[in-house]
Parts: sequence; structure tokens; C-alpha cells
Amino acid sequence: MAIVKLRAPLKDLVGGNREVAIEGASVGEILRELERQHPKIEGWVLDEHGRVRRHVNVFVDGERVREDAAVASDATVHILPSISGGER
Amino acid sequence: MTELLVGTKKGLFVLRGDAGAEKPFDVAARAFPGNVVEFAIRDPRSGRYFASVTSGHYGPRVMHTMDPTGEWEPTTGLGYPEGSDWSLERIWSIKPGEADDLIYAGVAPAGLFTSTDGGMTWELNRALYDQPSRSSWQPGAGGLCLHSIATWPGDPSRLAIGISAVGVWLSEDGGESWRHGNEGLVPRYIPEEARPKTLDLCVHNMHRAPLRPERLFMQFHGGVYRSDDVGESWISIAEGLPADFGFPMAIDPADPDSAFVIPMISDGDRVTVDGRARVYGTRDAGESWTSLSDGLPQEDAYLTILRQAFGVDGEGSGMGMYFGATSGDVFGSADAGASWFTVHERLAPVNSVRVASM
Repeated sequence: MAIVKLRAPLKDLVGGNREVAIEGASVGEILRELERQHPKIEGWVLDEHGRVRRHVNVFVDGERVREDAAVASDATVHILPSISGGER
Repeated sequence: MTELLVGTKKGLFVLRGDAGAEKPFDVAARAFPGNVVEFAIRDPRSGRYFASVTSGHYGPRVMHTMDPTGEWEPTTGLGYPEGSDWSLERIWSIKPGEADDLIYAGVAPAGLFTSTDGGMTWELNRALYDQPSRSSWQPGAGGLCLHSIATWPGDPSRLAIGISAVGVWLSEDGGESWRHGNEGLVPRYIPEEARPKTLDLCVHNMHRAPLRPERLFMQFHGGVYRSDDVGESWISIAEGLPADFGFPMAIDPADPDSAFVIPMISDGDRVTVDGRARVYGTRDAGESWTSLSDGLPQEDAYLTILRQAFGVDGEGSGMGMYFGATSGDVFGSADAGASWFTVHERLAPVNSVRVASM
């Protein structure tokens, strides 16, 4: 299973955990499974159309990727706010 | 004690104080730091608080709590259907409905969502979303937003909604079907010859008079109007105001002849007229207007007061009135505008002000 690493406020939506183990072959699959296991995070990372939000960055083993990227079973997935999305 | 929910560009401020004491309120809590809070309200039926929060990173959502100084939880279901050409951008308004656990949310792009479980889950109103004209709807400067939801006391089937810039929509079947209610509105920003057919009608705010529910008042994009026929047609009541442009509007729920606006110079200069902060009120359905400014800054006060940044508490001569400006200043009155005091200074730019009656 991939290890998904989260920061505030996302970690607060998965029970305060900074990392969770999630199964899935792609970023999209992993994020949908994350939503299934932790419904409070629904809509925060993926928008209503299943796309990673514009101002959220997902890194898989150091590479910035989008929802269709493949994920190895031992991968580390970081979900981070992008520098472009902050409120001025 | 009075509790104010002040939505700002930098979070929700929960202010508490005694309106009669005419001294600044205390900041009881600041929730959602770093996020835009578009709107916040307490549903008086359940005591539950709702806040419309837009994260620059994680998108818009409605949060809820029973204690605004404590933890908030997200609600679910607000979003356009998969495959839609629209994505949810902002939630402009949350309005308790006229049936148990019925609540509405007005959003941008312009849509109406309904909750029948007290605001925990939401469902898109398909009849409005499926309007054939939707592809031609035009936004105002604040976006294509459904901001005003006027319920009919005791009757959940009758609704009027206001959209910037797609005019007034009316329903008599609880939102199963919709029709226009725009007769008499004059969009000066459209060439005269194009006005009869246009749907580009920029409603800024709309309120129903609960004791005479066939009557509605409207602040338009240049114009203040009244309807006495459920919103079918509108007559101008702007004469006597220093300007007919503005965003906020309020009414005294006990007085169907009352409306209150905060005029701003024009759409090209959206600040209070003559550098004076003045609320204007009518108690004769718009026949005449009175300046209500005692205690408000009257010199070099070029304030911008946004659409949802004006709320009332109670009714009659003791009605509380509160408004906030993008300057971060919040003002209040405990006597229906006869006199004003400063509730708080130097908060973040204010998007919304509502009173959480306790």
C-alpha cells in the first residue's frame, strides 16, 4: 500500500493522522479510496469532477503528478497546498 | 448579549457584546484563519451554525457546528454533477426554509442547493440547473451568483431567488419549476433597444416582507425597487436616495413598509456617497427615505459594504442593525438605525454580517 502524507487541514479530516496507508494503482484511485475511508475529506483534494484541485499539488516519490499518474505499491504520496492558491 | 457572525476575507469572527452598552464587542473566536468566509448564519430552529468557507487550495464548502468557538465539521453534497461544465466556486447564501430541516444554499456559478436534513447534506435543484438559457447566463463583477433566497412564511412551495446577473426567478412548486419575475427592472448598463429581451439583470439583493409576503424589495445594479405582486413586476422606489447603487439591503420583519439600504456612488465608484457612512431607511414602502447616520463616520469615510454585510436582529424600534465594510470596520445600532456605535475596528475585509440571536 502507498503511504499518503498529509498536513493540516487535511490531516484533521482523516482523524489527525499525518500519514495513512491507502491501496490504489493511480493517484485518482488512491484519492477516491482515501475519500471512501475518510468521508470528511471528500471534495477537498479532488473536485466534484474527480480532478485534483488546481491549487493542490500531489507528489509521488518526488514527482509532481496529476490524478491519472500510476502509483507503485510502496510509493510515498504527498498532498500539499500549492504556493499559487493562498488567499491574498 | 448579542452575537455577531462576521465573515471576512481572513476567516470568521464571532463577536459578542451588549448592543445597549455601545462599546466595542469582544472577539469570542476567529475560525477558519487564512480562508475566505463568504457567509455565516445560525439556524434559529436548531441552533446550528453554518459557515460558507472558501479555501484558496481546497475549494468551497459549508461547515457546521453547534458552538462557533469550537470545532467545525464539513457538510457534504455541494457540487455540480460529474460531467457538468460548471464547478462550484463560492457559496453566497444559506437560508433556513419553511419546513422542518429544510435549508437552501445559493452558490456560484448560479445554482440552488437544498438540504432536507438540517444542512448536513445538499442536493442540486435540477429545475434551475436545467434551464435552457443557462449557457447564456452572464456574471456580474462578483461572479455568476445566486445570492438572494426569499422564502414565503409558512409555505415551502413559494420561492423567489435573485441571481447576479440573471434576474429574479419565481417558483410556486418548491423549486420544481421556475419562471422569470423581471417586469419593470431597468438595466441601464444595456442599450435601450436590447433591454426588452435581455436576461442580463443584475440583482444585488432582494428581501421579502414576511407580514405581507407578496411584497419584495430589491437593490438592483443601479436602482432600488419594490414588487407588490410576488415579484412579477417591479416599480422604482429610488427617489430620495443620494444614489441608487449599492449592495446590501435589510428589512424590519415587523414592518412590511420598511427597507434599508446603504447607497454607494455608482458601479464605477463603489464607496459611500460624499465620504459619509449612511444607512437610508423607508417606513412607507419607498415613498420617502430617511438618512440614519447618527454615530457613523461622516468625514472621509469612503466605505464599501458588500452584499451580505448587513444584518438585523429582532424588529420594530428596538431592532438591532449591523453592517461591516471592506475596511474591516463593523458598526451597529440597537434602535433600528436611530443611533450607531462602532462594534469593532480593523478586522479583515468584511464579506458578511449576520446576528446569531441567542
